[in-house]
Formats: sequence, C-alpha cells, structure tokens
Amino acid sequence: MTILVLIEGEAGTVKQPSRSALAAAARLGGNVHGLVVGSRADAEAAARLPGLSEVLHAELAHILAEPVADLIVGLAGDYSHVLAAATASGKNILPRAAALLDVQPISDVTEVMDEETFVRPIYAGNALARVRSADAKKLLTIRAASFDPVPATGGAAPIRAVPIAESAGSAFVSAEIAHSERPELTAARIIVSGGRGMANAENFHLLDKLADKLGAAVGASRAAVDAGYAPNDFQVGQTGKIVAPELYIAIGISGAIQHLAGMKDSKVIVAINKDPDAPIFQVADYGLVADLFTAVPALDEALANAP
Amino acid sequence: MKILVCVKRVVDYNVKVRVRADHTDVETNGVKMSMNPFDEIAVEEAIRLKERGLASEIVALSIGPAACAETLRTALAMGADRGILVEMPHSPEPLAVAKLVRAVAEREQPGLIILGKQAIDDDMNATGQMLAALLGWPQGTFASRLEIVESAAKVTREIDGGLETLRLSLPAIITTDLRLNEPRYASLPNIMKARKKPIDTLTPQALDVDVAPRLTLLSVTEPPTRKAGVKVDSVEELVAKLKREAKVI
Ligand SMILES: Cc1cc2nc3c(=O)[nH]c(=O)nc-3n(C[C@H](O)[C@H](O)[C@H](O)COP(=O)(O)OP(=O)(O)OC[C@H]3O[C@@H](n4cnc5c(N)ncnc54)[C@H](O)[C@@H]3O)c2cc1C
Repeated sequence: MTILVLIEGEAGTVKQPSRSALAAAARLGGNVHGLVVGSRADAEAAARLPGLSEVLHAELAHILAEPVADLIVGLAGDYSHVLAAATASGKNILPRAAALLDVQPISDVTEVMDEETFVRPIYAGNALARVRSADAKKLLTIRAASFDPVPATGGAAPIRAVPIAESAGSAFVSAEIAHSERPELTAARIIVSGGRGMANAENFHLLDKLADKLGAAVGASRAAVDAGYAPNDFQVGQTGKIVAPELYIAIGISGAIQHLAGMKDSKVIVAINKDPDAPIFQVADYGLVADLFTAVPALDEALANAP
Repeated sequence: MKILVCVKRVVDYNVKVRVRADHTDVETNGVKMSMNPFDEIAVEEAIRLKERGLASEIVALSIGPAACAETLRTALAMGADRGILVEMPHSPEPLAVAKLVRAVAEREQPGLIILGKQAIDDDMNATGQMLAALLGWPQGTFASRLEIVESAAKVTREIDGGLETLRLSLPAIITTDLRLNEPRYASLPNIMKARKKPIDTLTPQALDVDVAPRLTLLSVTEPPTRKAGVKVDSVEELVAKLKREAKVI
C-alpha cells in the first residue's frame, strides 16, 4: 500500500495543514510519497519531512486545479490512497481528480478508522458520520485541526521531477494575499476573534494589539467579514477556517452554529459579549459579560500588568 | 448564453439537527427544509447576469425526492425561467450528482453552470469540482466576484491567505462563496408567476446514469458536547484564571 499526499509549500516551507495530512497518512500505515506542485525550494522542504520515501516535484508558477488534477490522475495508478489537507487549495483540486478517477472523495476527514473507514463531520459538525468507501482508491481531504502535524524536519527523501502540462481553459490573473507577521489562523496556538460587535473596521484593529501581546492570530465571524471589518481569510466557521487552538477568545461574537462549527474543538474558549444570553457562553470555559470597548483595553492592560 | 444553476433541498440552516436515537442518520422528519444557502447565491448570480443582458435563459436543476420541486419553485420565483427535477428517492452522493448534472448539461448545452460551493447538510464541497472534471471544463470555485468579459469568465476566488483572480474560457463551472452576492427575496407576484413556469421531470434511468452509492454510512453520532464553563466578573479575574487554572497564557 502506497499513499500519495499532496503537500502545499510556501516560500520554501511546508504549510502546517499538509503536515497534518501526513499525520493522517501515517495513521493509514504503508509507504508515503509526497507531491509538491510549486518551487524547488518547496520540494526540498517537503523532502525534509519525516516519513516520506519519495517526493515528486512538478514546477508550476501558479497552482490551478485543472493541471494538478490531471497530474494526480496520471500518477494515481501507483497509489491506494491520495490525500490532501482540507484547505481551499486541497478542496479545489482533490474532488476534480477524484471524478476523473471515478471515485467518490471523502472530504474533511477527522478520524482514520482503517484503510477504508473514515469519520467526517456533517451538518456543520453537529453530527459525525462514519463512512466506508467501496472505491478501489480512496481520495481524502484531511481536516488539519484533527491531526497533530508531523514535525517539519527529520527526513531526507529523494526528489523526483514529474512533468506537468499547462492549463488549457484557466489562467491566473492576479492575487491579493495579505502578509502578516502574526501566526496563520490554522497554525496559531492562540486566536483572538472579533464579530459584528466590533462595529467597524477601525475598531476591529483593537484586536491587533491584544493579539500581538498574546502572540495570537486574529480571526473573525462571517458577519464581521461580510461587513468589511476583516478580510475573507479571517473567517472561522462551517464555511471558513476550522481551528482548534489552545485558546480561542471570541469577542462580540454571538455563537451561531456555523461559527461554533469552526472553533468548538478549541482547548479553552473565552467569550466576551455584552449579552448574557448569547449562545457563545454555552460553549465558553470562561465568559465575561461586558462591553467589549471597555473589556478589550482593560484586557490589554491586565496582560501587561499581570504577574 | 444559457445558464444552468443547481439547487439542493437541505435542512434549513437555522435548524439544530439531532442525531437519531438508532444512530442511522440525523432526524429529518418534520424538520424545516430550504434551498441550500449557497445555491440561493448561485441563483441570484445567474439572475444578475441575465439582468445585465449577459444571459438569455436560466434553467434551475434539482436532484432528489419529489419535494425538490418546492426548491425549484423558489428558484423560479427568484427569477429562473424553468426547472428540471431529476427525481429519485434520496439525494445521491456528489459523484452521482455530478454525473446527472453532466447528462443534463449535455442536453441543455449551457455556457455556464453555477453551483453552491458546498451543501450545508453533507458539507462535502465537491460537486462543482467533480462536474467540471467530468465535462472537461475549467472551474472557478469559492467565487466572491464574477464578471463575464468577451466569452470568458473572470472570477475572484476566496483562497487561503486572501483572494485570487482567474480567467476561465467558457463554458465553465462556478461555485459560489458567501460574499458573491446577497440573494433577493421572491416577491409575492413573482411567487404567483413561478407557479406557471414549467418544471420537467427526469429520472437517472432516462439520463442513463449509474447512481449507485460508493460510500456506506455506518453510523451517525453526536460530537462530544462542551459544557458551559464559568462566568468571570472582571478582566483581572479572567487573566488570573487563564494563567493559573487553564495555564494557556
Ligand atoms: C450557509 C451559511 C454559512 C455560514 N458560515 C459561517 C461561518 O463560516 N462562520 C461564521 O462565523 N458565520 C457563518 N455564518 C453566519 C452565522 O449564521 C452568523 O450570522 C454569524 O456567525 C454571526 O456573526 P456574529 O456573531 O459576529 O454577529 P451577531 O450574531 O450579530 O453577533 C454579534 C454579537 O456581538 C455582541 N455585541 C455587540 N456589541 C457589543 C459590545 N459593544 N460589546 C460586547 N458584545 C457586543 C452581541 O451581543 C452579539 O452577541 C453562516 C451562515 C450561513 C447561512
């Protein structure tokens, strides 16, 4: 049994969700190969991951689903399982490859029971489905928050170049990627998240100071993103990022099921909300009923002064 | 250009679903059903393209039990021109859905197919990508902006880290993200008018599509529940608890 894991790189590093996908591959057992589409430096970073016996590398400036899916289909003959992290990129590519292989993919796997049986959340995480696949090959996306990532180093796998075709029907035009000094949402140990209660984009920046003090990432509810207080990739929830940090601080967030779906596996949850009946308090370990515009500056101060 | 939009009937997003006592599935009997919210966004986008003179006809397609006709009526009341129901007892898996939509697309020859990025029941986020693969068309998934320029689609996508814009040759597949638009409510006169719009009914057999499931649902269970913790009275107490009790800062 040999498993292929699609590994996402960035500036000569491997993204953490891909390291979680490798942890899921290790649960399956067997030989694991990595596939990196991107720069040589990204492939070299992948080769340093523990547990890989080979890294396949295809050089492509902009990752598009069409050529990457075709590449996976071309390679798939050698593999029993093809895995990717359930990131925007993994979710874009893997189902496309699956359809070409006549396989029903399994999205957002949170538990590997055996080679053909997997657990995945449904209905915004309000239920867990245990499914068995009858397909000859299994194509899975892995929910990163459910698998502790493998270390970034420890291996020395050989790299093999594989050719990739140009995309015919789609072309990259531009990207707007926000660069931040803060940790990535899906990799952060602490997350400070703001909701509609932040009231405007300027106020939303109140959270920056708090986040910097805690070494935290900043997240947001859908309402805060829709209203333009925060960029789209801050969104935590059923249809945004799924996170499970050590500490999640929800500020001015009511706690809709779609938001809870993205953060309720956090180890410790803090909620600050002026409404004592806000549903977020039903999942919070520590709740503070307060106006955030006094509580957030006070929290800044208390953190600075605390022994 | 004809636009095909796919609409799924799902448990309403406001319903807190319950797992059945026998763990075979979630309880859907007597539960409010609605159009998948992402599909409402798909219908809205199609209507806006038509209003801008970029589309000539909007065909709404739903797959599942007879009650999916209600979902189609909603799409027709919003502004779709006609409906197609592929009737079968259960809503099939994404792979089968993609095969059925492909079969309908081969008959209808749309220039664009718009679907929601995910259905809020199975949360699979796969059908659009699979359909694009089967048709051999380019895909613009998780779209937050769509423009049609000179027989190409310029689509801005929500990705990890921000936004990305692609140019797709038509025909193409678009899947909608939340911020693509805000769907309209159907007006009463339009709801009345929608009753007269045609809905054709087809079957998987008529389309010659094998819909046999590949996945067996072994069990459905409740996720571990979190119990509510304590209320603190001040920011100082909160910081003290996070440091000494939870030891997370
Ligand atoms: C298909 C679909 C998918 C969705 N996906 C997501 C998703 O991925 N993520 C997500 O978050 N949501 C998602 N939603 C939206 C979700 O249903 C809620 O609408 C959203 O989470 C609400 O955001 P909020 O809590 O910031 O806003 P609100 O519900 O408006 O809550 C604001 C809260 O702030 C509090 N507040 C206001 N002012 C103050 C103040 N001065 N001090 C303290 N507290 C204050 C209020 O008491 C209130 O509890 C989705 C919805 C649908 C239909």
